[in-house]
Formats: sequence, C-alpha cells, structure tokens
Amino acid sequence: MISVKNLSKTFGDFSAVEDLNFDVKPGDIVGFLGPNGAGKSTTMKMLTGFLQPSQGDITVFDMPISQHAKSIQERIGYLPEGAPAYGDMTTYQFLKFIAEVRGFRGNEKEQRIRDVIQKIELQEVVNRPIENLSKGFKRRVGLAQALIHDPDILILDEPTDGLDPNQKHQVRELITQLAKDKIVIISTHILEEVTAVCNRVMIIAKGKLLFDDTPLSLQQRSRYYQAVTIHLSYLADISGLAELDGVAEMEVEQKTGHVTLFPEPGQHILHEITAHVQRAKLPVDTLFIEQGRLDQVFRDLTTEVA
Amino acid sequence: MAHIFILFKREFAGYFASPVAYVFIGIFLVLSSVFAFFIGGFYERGQADLLAFFNFHPWLYLFLVPAIAMRSWAEERKSGSIELLMTLPVSTWQAMLGKFFAAWSVLGLALMLTFPLWLTVNYLGQPDNGIIVAAYLGSWLMAGAFLAIGMCMSALSKNQIIAFILAIVVCFVFVVSGSSIVLDAFKGWAPTLLLDTVASFSFLTHFEAMAKGVIALNDVGYFLIVTAAWLYAGLLIIEQKKAD
Repeated sequence: MISVKNLSKTFGDFSAVEDLNFDVKPGDIVGFLGPNGAGKSTTMKMLTGFLQPSQGDITVFDMPISQHAKSIQERIGYLPEGAPAYGDMTTYQFLKFIAEVRGFRGNEKEQRIRDVIQKIELQEVVNRPIENLSKGFKRRVGLAQALIHDPDILILDEPTDGLDPNQKHQVRELITQLAKDKIVIISTHILEEVTAVCNRVMIIAKGKLLFDDTPLSLQQRSRYYQAVTIHLSYLADISGLAELDGVAEMEVEQKTGHVTLFPEPGQHILHEITAHVQRAKLPVDTLFIEQGRLDQVFRDLTTEVA
Repeated sequence: MAHIFILFKREFAGYFASPVAYVFIGIFLVLSSVFAFFIGGFYERGQADLLAFFNFHPWLYLFLVPAIAMRSWAEERKSGSIELLMTLPVSTWQAMLGKFFAAWSVLGLALMLTFPLWLTVNYLGQPDNGIIVAAYLGSWLMAGAFLAIGMCMSALSKNQIIAFILAIVVCFVFVVSGSSIVLDAFKGWAPTLLLDTVASFSFLTHFEAMAKGVIALNDVGYFLIVTAAWLYAGLLIIEQKKAD
C-alpha cells in the first residue's frame, strides 16, 4: 500500500509536482500518463526514495519513506527512465551485482539470475557488455534488474520505450502476469498501453493530478465512446440516420467518407442503426463501434491546464 | 559491510574492464622510474635507499590520482546509473566507501608493482627494508588523501574533465602549501601561527618524514583526517546534487 499526501516538489522556482494525493493498493496496475515534463518521472523518483519531496508525505506499507527508505527500497523494483545500467558489465555480471546487493547468495542467487534471464528472454546477450546492446535489450536488462528480487512494488518508468511491437506485447504480458497482489506503477506516453495493461489511470500535467479512475471511465469521457462509425460503398441518402432514436449527432468526415453517429449519453444505438441500414438498404461496407478516442481525451485534459 | 564489499568488487572490476587501470598502472610505473633514475639520481646518489623514488610521488599523484578519481561519481551522474544505485538498498556512504576502496586498491596495486626497484636496491646494497616498507605505506596513505579530494571533485561535476581539473587544482594547493612558493607570500606580514597552520596543511611536509621511513602519529593522522574529511564532503555533495 502506497499512500501519497500533499506531495510537492520544486526545483528552484520551477514546480515539478504540485500537491498530489493518491493511494495505491495491492492489485492496482496504475498507468501514469502525462505530457513530457508533466512530473511523472519526478513523482516516481520520490516514490522510490531517490528524491526527497519538498513537501508532503509518502508512506509505503505504513512506513514513512523519509525514515525507512532502505527497507522500503528492498521491496521495490525500479526501472529508472532510460534504463540506466553499468555499460562496462555484461548482462550476467550486472544481474549478479544486483542480486548480490539485493542480498542473494550462492544457489539462490544463481537460480534467481537464471529465472529472470529466462523470463525476459535475455539468453542471447548474457555474456555481452551492456553498452553494446540494442536499445530494446538494454530496456529488458533494466526490467530484469527490477524483477530479480520479486518485489512487492514495481515502478517502471517507460518500460516499453524503444521496444518493437513484439517486445512491447511481451513486456505487457509479463506485467499482467506479475501484477497479481502487487502494486505496479508504469509511466508511458502510449495511450493504448494503459487500456491493455492497467486497471487504473492517473493523468498528470504541470505537476497536477487531473484524472484518477479506470481506463474504461477515461474512454467514457470521449465523445466517441460507444459511437458508431459506418462507411458506404457508394453515395446514398443517409439523412435518416441522424433522426434515429438515441442518436444525438452525426458527423461526416470529408476525406475518408466515414460517417460517425454519436449516441445520447447512456444510449446504445447499434441496433437502431443496423435496423435502419436494413430498411433503407444502405450500401454499408464498414461498421464498427468506437471505443473512445483516448488521444482526444488526453489532449482535452492536458491542454486545459496549459 | 557486505554491501561495501559488493560495490568494491564491482568498481574494482570496472577499472579493469576498461583500459583505465592498465593505462594508469603503466604510466605510473614508467614515470616513477623515470623520475627516480633520471631526475632523482638513483644511482648517482650511491645510497641504498629509495628516497629518490619516493620523493617524486606527491608530484606524480598530483596528476595521476585525479585521473583515476574523475569518473567515480561524474560517470554515474552522467549515465543516470546513480538513480539505479541510490534506489538499491545501499546507502550513499556505503557507495562512497566501495568506490574509494576500489580506486585505492588500484593505486596500491600500482605501488606494489614497483617492486623491481626494491629488488634492485637490495641487490646493489643493504638498505633498511623497514624504512622502505614504511615509505610505501606512507605513499599509499598519501595517495588515499589525493583520491578523496579527487572523488569529492568528481561528485561536484557531471563532466569528468572539469572534475579532473578541479581535483588537480585543489590537490596542488595541498601539495605546495608547505613549499616556499606559498610560504614566501605569507612571510613578513602574517603571524607565525598562520604561517605554521598553512605549512601544516602541506602534503609535502607530512610526506617528507614518511618517505624517510618515519611513521609519526601526526603524519598518519593528518592523512587519515584529510581523507575522511574530503570523503565526507563528497558524500554531502552527492546527497545534494544526485538528481541534477
């Protein structure tokens, strides 16, 4: 359990984080969203005890981090931004170093290293110096380092940055697998990642917490949530669509010819539309329900404070 | 203790993973021999001791130790690995000591590898080997003081070159404060007490006796205190600046 109260951090005149309040419980997979410079990394640095807050308190498992930083850090796995590591060490040497610092000795140490190498699929780079690895492998070594002690809290700053789509998928799978009964906090720019992995979203911008709820309710904020988009093979009279029960508005996108029908709040309009399409024999070749356009919501939320 | 040892191992191996340690040891061996034979007049003196060798150590360390120390913290901050290190269950002073002992061991190794000189002097005459051992210990102790200054400067800047130059400047002040360059500037107007205080900060004065094999408590104490003080200063600086 992490509890953050009135957390603020200033660097000189610049206020990086302003008055954050939130609690995170085991089982939560929190997606930390925000534009660059929003204060995501600064918040994570304070949660891991790297930075001291200018104001406010952080309590982890009922211990204030200001007094128990080291015992809390034993239970945290942290991937810092950019996945820094010691470039002159090989992957194995680096993981061994981390395992030793984490207090593992002998067989258990070797077992943990083997397990994590297998889990993150690092076999082919085990004996290569980290500085010679590709960006994706560096990130994975950073991830391995954060997981080696099976921590109760996992804090990952942009874990999928620089990975290819396959690796991204793999990391997301891994996080979902690991997350049972743990606290996971990941920061990302990638909005789809949040719906794919997280069960809770926090959006911060300019150091302020703007949104804290489930990914679903973030989607529901979108005008496009549960809207229906269709495309016609050739021109036909679509004026009837706008008149249907529950349809609040119709929009036609000139470039692509997609027609989007927005429902009135809480209404499901799919069956009305399909019925009308049947009746009017409209030449529909595409029809889908919108899930909510997160980028739009994100822009709306984060530009309000700008 | 265990943490310090783990960090020590990593740092020590780090010096040998890159050419840093090899280059350092090579240059140290060449230069210390050049100084001893050509400038110190090792043979011409006709004495079975290593004074000609030890006398130049402060000047060698002045440039070489900052070169070893400069990357210790600057590199960590530049690459961001300091964030990793400081969020592991390791405290800053453990990291500081681990780094210090690793670099100090490299210096000790370099000193040990000058043993052919010691063999030579034993072959040529009957030196007092007790004096030589004492002088070696003194030299290593002084190297530790140089190193602590260098590490503190490395904590101060992300840029290794700046750390290197700052370390040379500060070390230079400590080396020459007992020599006529500095003391002449104070002579005539400053009270003797001030003069003595300035002189007492000198590495040269304190090392002089040790090079001759005299291990006095005040000299040993001086170098230990200087080392501890600069390491502590470095610790405070790193705590302050780690996130910059």
